[in-house]
Amino acid sequence: MNNFFDERKAKLEIYQKNYRGKKEEVEKLTIPDDIFIKCPHCQGLVIKDDYELKFRVCPKCQYHERLNPRERIEISCDSFEELYSDMKSVNPLDFPGYPEKLAGYRDETGEEEACVTGIGTLGEYRIALAVLNSFFMMGSMGSVVGEKITRLVEKALSERMPLLIFSASGGARMQEGIFSLMQMAKTAAALKKFSDAGLLYISVLTNPTTGGVLASFAFLGDVIIAEPGALIGFAGKRVIQQTIKQELPPNFQSAEFQLEKGFVDMVVSRGRLREVILRLLRLHEVEKWKRN
Amino acid sequence: MEKKLEDIVWEKVQLARHNKRPTARTLINYLFSEFTELHGDRLYADDRSILAGIAFLEATPVTVIAQEKGVSTKEKIEHNFGMPHPEGYRKALRLMKQAEKFKRPIILIIDTPGAYPGVGAEERGQASAIAVNLAEMAGLRVPMLAIVLGEGGSGGALAIGVADETWMFENAIYAILSPEGFASILYKDVFLAKYAASVMKLTADDLHSFGIVDLIVPEVEGGLHLNAEYSFSFLKERLIEKVAELKAADMDELLAKRYLKFRKMGAYEEKSR
Ligand SMILES: [Zn+2]
Repeated sequence: MNNFFDERKAKLEIYQKNYRGKKEEVEKLTIPDDIFIKCPHCQGLVIKDDYELKFRVCPKCQYHERLNPRERIEISCDSFEELYSDMKSVNPLDFPGYPEKLAGYRDETGEEEACVTGIGTLGEYRIALAVLNSFFMMGSMGSVVGEKITRLVEKALSERMPLLIFSASGGARMQEGIFSLMQMAKTAAALKKFSDAGLLYISVLTNPTTGGVLASFAFLGDVIIAEPGALIGFAGKRVIQQTIKQELPPNFQSAEFQLEKGFVDMVVSRGRLREVILRLLRLHEVEKWKRN
Repeated sequence: MEKKLEDIVWEKVQLARHNKRPTARTLINYLFSEFTELHGDRLYADDRSILAGIAFLEATPVTVIAQEKGVSTKEKIEHNFGMPHPEGYRKALRLMKQAEKFKRPIILIIDTPGAYPGVGAEERGQASAIAVNLAEMAGLRVPMLAIVLGEGGSGGALAIGVADETWMFENAIYAILSPEGFASILYKDVFLAKYAASVMKLTADDLHSFGIVDLIVPEVEGGLHLNAEYSFSFLKERLIEKVAELKAADMDELLAKRYLKFRKMGAYEEKSR
């Protein structure tokens, strides 16, 4: 794991030396074709290294591509120790096809479930960190996701650590039915205790954060940050359209819409997130990690 | 055999939504006296899908918070078919906090297809209102008891459903989503609702077996509307006992128990345990 972070840092340093403030110049260089990639959003050609080193943000349209939890952790922490990683979903409703579906996503993502939890270090701070995985069944919250979040909150509470959660979820895990619904109450109850203890929870809403995840732990942060352009909303757009039978406003349920309506504190681009989180930790006078 | 289960469950879904099924107002009038309705969230509006106020349960003042669907077409529209907007959840929370101040037990009556999916609801923070209720209800220092009367649909039901005890009428349903919504999301076909209902495990018996529901309120053959008195009298008797018991309990212990009740919910495997 450490090598991973060292490598990353080295790359970043090269990037900072070579590219920062020299974007124009870089774009004018004549470079072989294979070092360009197409932005998944604006379809514009962008320099691959530039795109990757900007944490998969398109330099042309500012589109923030979805990250998997490992990538998110890599750009958010200096080191990370994973917890509760061997927790596995079961099939409490005997729902037809659910085990097969889980197996498929395990193969596809190499992850056991839709959430990675653990303890990370960020600068001089130690933080309890959870990252949802929108590539694993749309980051939906079943018993495992709810249990991992709850355990992490309880651990952060007992060790008086700040909590940082990156949400990315389509909402509830339909195949776990009522068990999935109850995870909303479970995570919210744990966060209530955490909050009452005077501890800091920073919630980062990434694309997409919707449904039961938004309506529980994701919207309970002391500070709520959203990534630009992220879809953030309770009900699905299709359901709303069917109900009201009208076109929806153009920026409806976007991060910027939530900022305008007063439900997030700030919209922060990926490249600035680390700096903003560090500043929030300082402003809350979070105790620094004692290395011994 | 498979076919039969589908029919049994679907019959319950239809009974839970039956046009003649008593709504919250009828239940409130039966259980309590001097029900005094209180209005508004003090922030935006009065959401009529939430019917709430103070009343006596025998001699004990209680706060009652209910989802009301309305009976006539006109009423149904006024009550938005029991689908709250954020202001409804915020009204509920305001009155729950008021109950805490005056140390009144809270009786919650759930009967909703779900939180209303609309532009205004999103603009005013439906998800935020629900999230805040879930967290606050976990910590309210008064006894709380939730009763699922008809439909318990999704987070819209749970947002007034975090309580010390959860009771459920025999033919009520309580689920992550309506069977129609579920079928449309999972099978992309709303007409598979009947099949969806059969695999969703949304009946009172299912939820009781999972430990999510503590008590089932029996209904006569054919449903609550055929003999509400039978079910309501059963409920009232138990409710009086339970509220007395909860009121006598130590509040810290009650809160710890409430936390544990939800803490335990979920099913998973772990190699290291
Ligand atoms: Zn682009």
